Amino acid sequence: MKQVVDTKTNSGSTGEADECLFEYLHAEIVNYVLSLSLNTKEGKEDLSRLEWMGFSVGYKIIERLTREWSRFKDELDMIKFICTDFWCSLYHKQIDNLRTNHHGVYVLQDNAFRLLDKVGTSNSKQYLPESPRLLAFTCGLLRGSLANLGIVSTVTAETSTLPSCKFHVQVQRV
Amino acid sequence: MSRTGTKLEAKKVNSELFTLTYGALVAQLLKDYENVEEVNKQLDRMGYNMGIRLIEDFLARTGSGRCYDFRDTSEKIQTGFKIYLGITPTITNWSAAGDEFSLYFEANPLTEFVELPDHCLNLKYCNILTGILRGACEMVQMEVACWFVQDQLKNDTITELRVKFIKRLEDAIPAGED
Repeated sequence: MKQVVDTKTNSGSTGEADECLFEYLHAEIVNYVLSLSLNTKEGKEDLSRLEWMGFSVGYKIIERLTREWSRFKDELDMIKFICTDFWCSLYHKQIDNLRTNHHGVYVLQDNAFRLLDKVGTSNSKQYLPESPRLLAFTCGLLRGSLANLGIVSTVTAETSTLPSCKFHVQVQRV
Repeated sequence: MSRTGTKLEAKKVNSELFTLTYGALVAQLLKDYENVEEVNKQLDRMGYNMGIRLIEDFLARTGSGRCYDFRDTSEKIQTGFKIYLGITPTITNWSAAGDEFSLYFEANPLTEFVELPDHCLNLKYCNILTGILRGACEMVQMEVACWFVQDQLKNDTITELRVKFIKRLEDAIPAGED
């Protein structure tokens, strides 16, 4: 898979939110959601708001991205699009590894996920327990994007070593 | 697998990601708090937290030193908008004392896909910007106040952000809770 990402051109278009702006905003959103989660006084953090916000963003953004795109052949074609062009635009790199059992389960592995990249150096375990907070939004984003492409799914994330993570996409057949 | 003709524009997508994410946040806040004033306050507070981090990136990126005066500050704020949002607001309406100015925005990427429903007339949609400016200036020992005077979302012809110099902070105050 080869892909040329041109970050230098097109800068004069409608506007450019610089990269770190999104990261800071994301951090604040995570903080906000956690602050509400503390009030529930349950042992587990409630990240559903994050996931939901991600969903609504994914749902909207995919519509704009694929507007001038030719029709996808099938489900795998859509997932491939997510792994390459979509991921490149949003997170500045492709998904490193895509696995599937051809029965609706896809595992997308990113070895240096952008939102985890600055949290820990390679193989650091220090912030591993907190990493789900930084992934919930993107899980929602994936789910929302797929939903607007016509794929109903559940998306979960898993990290074993920072900054790499795996997103599990389970397609729900109806 | 090659597709012809179309290609995603990384910068543009990134900007839309920010715009839409911000929109999702505002929508969520409106859902969580019934009170629009409270939403304005939350946005400002989040902006403040972003600002105190953003200033470091700004200083590292531009290599700019201390501001000579408030006019210098205004130009640096303008540069900041150019760097981070790709827009260049006009600096205008200086007060006689030179401690207040306005930023005129003709286009605002934050509001690109936004229309305010009627029950949100008091919502300051872009209030995160006031927080960011306040937080960033505080980190360089300047206390400023800023607020929106006009807003295109409320059918004004232009969006106007007013910035007022309050005082110079003498000792570096550690970033405390707001």
